[in-house]
Amino acid sequence: MNELFWIFISSLLVNNFTLYYFLGLCPFFGVSGRLTVALRLGVATVFVMVITSLCATALNAFVLPHAPYLRLISFIVVIASTVQFVEMAIKKLSPMLFRALGIYLPLITTNCAILFLALTQTSREYTLLQGLAFALGGGGGLTLALVLMASIRESAELSTIPAVLKGTAVNMFIAGMLSLAFMGFAGLFSAS
Amino acid sequence: MSAAPTQQGRLATEFAKGVWKENPVFVQVLGMCPTLAVTNSVANAIAMGVATFFVLVGSSFLVSLLRKLIPREIRISTYIIIIATFVTLADSALEALVPAVHHELGAFIALIVVNCIILGRQEAFAAKNPPLLAIADAAGMGLGFCIALLCLGGTREILGSGSFLGVSLFGPHFEPWVIMILPPGGFFMLGTALMLFAWMKQRRAARDGALA
Repeated sequence: MNELFWIFISSLLVNNFTLYYFLGLCPFFGVSGRLTVALRLGVATVFVMVITSLCATALNAFVLPHAPYLRLISFIVVIASTVQFVEMAIKKLSPMLFRALGIYLPLITTNCAILFLALTQTSREYTLLQGLAFALGGGGGLTLALVLMASIRESAELSTIPAVLKGTAVNMFIAGMLSLAFMGFAGLFSAS
Repeated sequence: MSAAPTQQGRLATEFAKGVWKENPVFVQVLGMCPTLAVTNSVANAIAMGVATFFVLVGSSFLVSLLRKLIPREIRISTYIIIIATFVTLADSALEALVPAVHHELGAFIALIVVNCIILGRQEAFAAKNPPLLAIADAAGMGLGFCIALLCLGGTREILGSGSFLGVSLFGPHFEPWVIMILPPGGFFMLGTALMLFAWMKQRRAARDGALA
């Protein structure tokens, strides 16, 4: 139990997917303009991550021992199908959200955080439960970073920014400072 | 004018645009995850650049050859599988040739699959153009990506560890800016680079305006 908790906390805060490993930066900069949209994309990503983690565990147990060279291809196929499913579900349940997310919804497929999750839980040989804790922590961390970034950007819209810094450049600096702040969590583990 | 020089001129234009004018990192701001994650040293940046170059050129060539056979509805999945095949090749090759760098880069070699530069070039260029042009375009974009990685990797290693390719530059009295090789340094460096590009663009626009 304790170990699951540490996997969760470490992927949520200490080794945050976005701010420590630089994963999933495209949606991080792309959809962090509005808080509500950012939160919902985060939740959709967590959902895809959990499904992927389950499928990756199954693939690792039953298929890949026979054909290790198919690892990358089979993972990406699983991710693409899950995203397709989520896309259809959101389109049906909430057309508004579907329009707001736009191109970033199918692009969850190429969100490197998800493939990273599948590959890392394979190389660390996590069990089913550990994989789930890792997926929830990693996805939660991604959502946390996305939401923080979105709320900062909503306030930054009102301030005056020099013309050369407008757009992605200033977002980079904001992200750098967030990442600096998250480095403060690095001490959590030596304390345990 | 005969057809040959036009063809060559076209190849050169497609090649050159990716290197500078439409540089994938600094101008299009694509493929940021690997750009930031592996540029804490020059050696990592080179390995990543070369691997991405190989995958980009290989898959552009194959996609362009198969462009009339791939049905529109499933083109993205087909591209991804082609790219994944080349990444598997690159991954195994790096593991065999430079095991130390492969270990350092870890999952990031495999993550070339989801580098948006590669998928973007397949969709925007290789799927619509003959193989030679596709190779020229891919090589230009790949080279532009390598240059961007080298700029960031070089600056970060020089400032962050006071060395270049592991060779110490400033002697023992240099106090390294450790922050530069840590994650926040990556964001700050890329932010600075983007600012520099925006500044150059502004100056060029102002000069063109003065001339007109």
